[in-house]
Amino acid sequence: MTNDTTTVPINDKRVSVSVAARRNLIVLGIGVVILLVLALFPVFGGTAWTRRLIDFFLFLALAQFWNLLLGYGGIISVGQQGYIGLGCYSLWLFADVFHLPIFVAVIFAALVGGLVAIPSAAIVFKLRGGYLAIGTMVLAEMYRMIVGNIEATGGGSGVTIQAATSISNEARIAGTYWWALGLAVLALAAVYYIMRSRTGLALKAIRDDDLGAESLGVNLWRTRMYVFVVAGAGCALAGGILAMSLLRIQPASVFAINWSAYLVFMSVIGGLGTIEGPIIGAIIFFVLRETTSQYGGWYFIVLGIVAVIVPLWSLGGIYGFVVKKTKFFAFPLQRRVTMLLHSAPVSADSTPEGGVSG
Amino acid sequence: MAWVNAALQGILLGGLYALFATGQALVFGIMRLTNLAHGDFTILPAYFSLILVTAMGFNPFYSIPLTMVIMFIIGYVLQRGVLNRIVGSKIAIGVIVTFGLAMVIQNGLLVGFSPDSQGLDAGSIENKTILIGNNLAVGWLPLIIFILAVVVITALQMFLTRTKMGRAFRAVSDDQEAARMVGINNKHIYAVAMGVALAIIVIGGVMMGIRTTFDPLLGNQRLIFAFEAVIIGGMGSGWGTLIGGVILGLAQTLGAQLLGASWSIFAGHAIFVLILVLRPQGLLAKTVLTKPAAAS
Repeated sequence: MTNDTTTVPINDKRVSVSVAARRNLIVLGIGVVILLVLALFPVFGGTAWTRRLIDFFLFLALAQFWNLLLGYGGIISVGQQGYIGLGCYSLWLFADVFHLPIFVAVIFAALVGGLVAIPSAAIVFKLRGGYLAIGTMVLAEMYRMIVGNIEATGGGSGVTIQAATSISNEARIAGTYWWALGLAVLALAAVYYIMRSRTGLALKAIRDDDLGAESLGVNLWRTRMYVFVVAGAGCALAGGILAMSLLRIQPASVFAINWSAYLVFMSVIGGLGTIEGPIIGAIIFFVLRETTSQYGGWYFIVLGIVAVIVPLWSLGGIYGFVVKKTKFFAFPLQRRVTMLLHSAPVSADSTPEGGVSG
Repeated sequence: MAWVNAALQGILLGGLYALFATGQALVFGIMRLTNLAHGDFTILPAYFSLILVTAMGFNPFYSIPLTMVIMFIIGYVLQRGVLNRIVGSKIAIGVIVTFGLAMVIQNGLLVGFSPDSQGLDAGSIENKTILIGNNLAVGWLPLIIFILAVVVITALQMFLTRTKMGRAFRAVSDDQEAARMVGINNKHIYAVAMGVALAIIVIGGVMMGIRTTFDPLLGNQRLIFAFEAVIIGGMGSGWGTLIGGVILGLAQTLGAQLLGASWSIFAGHAIFVLILVLRPQGLLAKTVLTKPAAAS
């Protein structure tokens, strides 16, 4: 969100490439104010809404990581629930078994997720496109079965995290809230940082044309491995925070395929391939969940219908529509090329994001 | 002897998985569509059959032909009305759309039939066995399912190689543009292929309903089994699919024998991962129906 205009060091400096616009400074200002209000929320907001916002931040972060995988990396995963579940159980392992302070143990959840993601990626990358998606689902099932079949982890009936009993309920919820808020900010910052980096350029190239990218020297496997591990660690961290919030965890719920349903819904309705899209998706999902989730099956049918219908038109979602009309990006990732040769600079916007390839 | 028995059960179970996998392989082979609702389409006919059995007192076996017709029509309309729009577009779109479809079917069944397990009662045949020697018994039902799987795969191979429609299937699979140029109506072919795929999985779906119980949330597991059988056997190979199913079935029953019943499905997944790592193209990756999946 910084306002930088970098001139490309090519022979004749007739072209400048800029990323951010001045109005992004305003967005940055608003963002800082919102963040400050949210950071102080547990002090005045009350427990019920603090808990709701924990869920919201987790959904926001998870949607960002899923979007990093598909919207930027072209990796379609329906197995991120595996990392969420592993994150939950890692928190239990490090807090209850190894007796680390609960707010420290959650860091190890991310570590476990990242470590598990490495061999997992090596396995699923042998599959392509849609089959890769089912491959991620198989691995998530295997993690669930390992956790659910072992006696020590409480088997199918799950475990209760005891370490949390040593701190007061208010302190635990406030601490969990700050972790969740921190994760949401971290997810936004991580995706923004990655996409502004060389790796981000490589990812966009892979997404748009993987063979073309490879022929230009992009290491396809390593770049995709990088995002898979980031997403794995991120989802496991979200799982760890979820476990702090729930305290009672069961394999059937924390490893549930429903997580993938939520992620698909948020990304599809908000828009893939942008940072803003999943934010909008998370807000819509949060409102929908708060108002209609008591209808059980019907609620999921609505989520499913959206996932069937929206992609038939576009994967750009709501934010893609906004961009088409206004060309406004709150998180500037698009490089604009300005020709300095002419007296009046001609601004040629690069194509809006939103394309996805499998 | 327990091991021989487990192996025999595993082989027969493999026939069922091959039946699930054949429909999946056909759809992927012709349209390059990974159908994440495939597993739920194996559950759906079991419920259709249940309705027919309870409403009209059909024997579940006789409900199969009628259910096949229903599923063929559903497949044709679904493909023509919705999925044809996404053939040839980005793979992610197909995955997301069919994933949404899976959610709709699963939760539609949950709303309509409750999450309770259901079963189809086919009478005494369910418990009849053939005794081989003194302590080895083969159930008639698993044997019938296995034979049906072999018959269906043979029939599908003959359909693809001997009939005009089958040639059109293969032509579209090989090169969509060229097929259109020689006058093949791709949209119709896709719709027929989806119809045939769904009609084939009726056999597996109803047979599984007779053999064990089913509930609305089993779809994802069936999807995974079908997919594993396809990958183990090698994509695009009809008989590979059968071998893939048998290996998966063997892994599950022998795994249960070795590690206990709760590890049965895990053992199947583990063998799948092992084969994926050691031989990603599958055991019998000989192109009969399709080329291996093209990049993106």
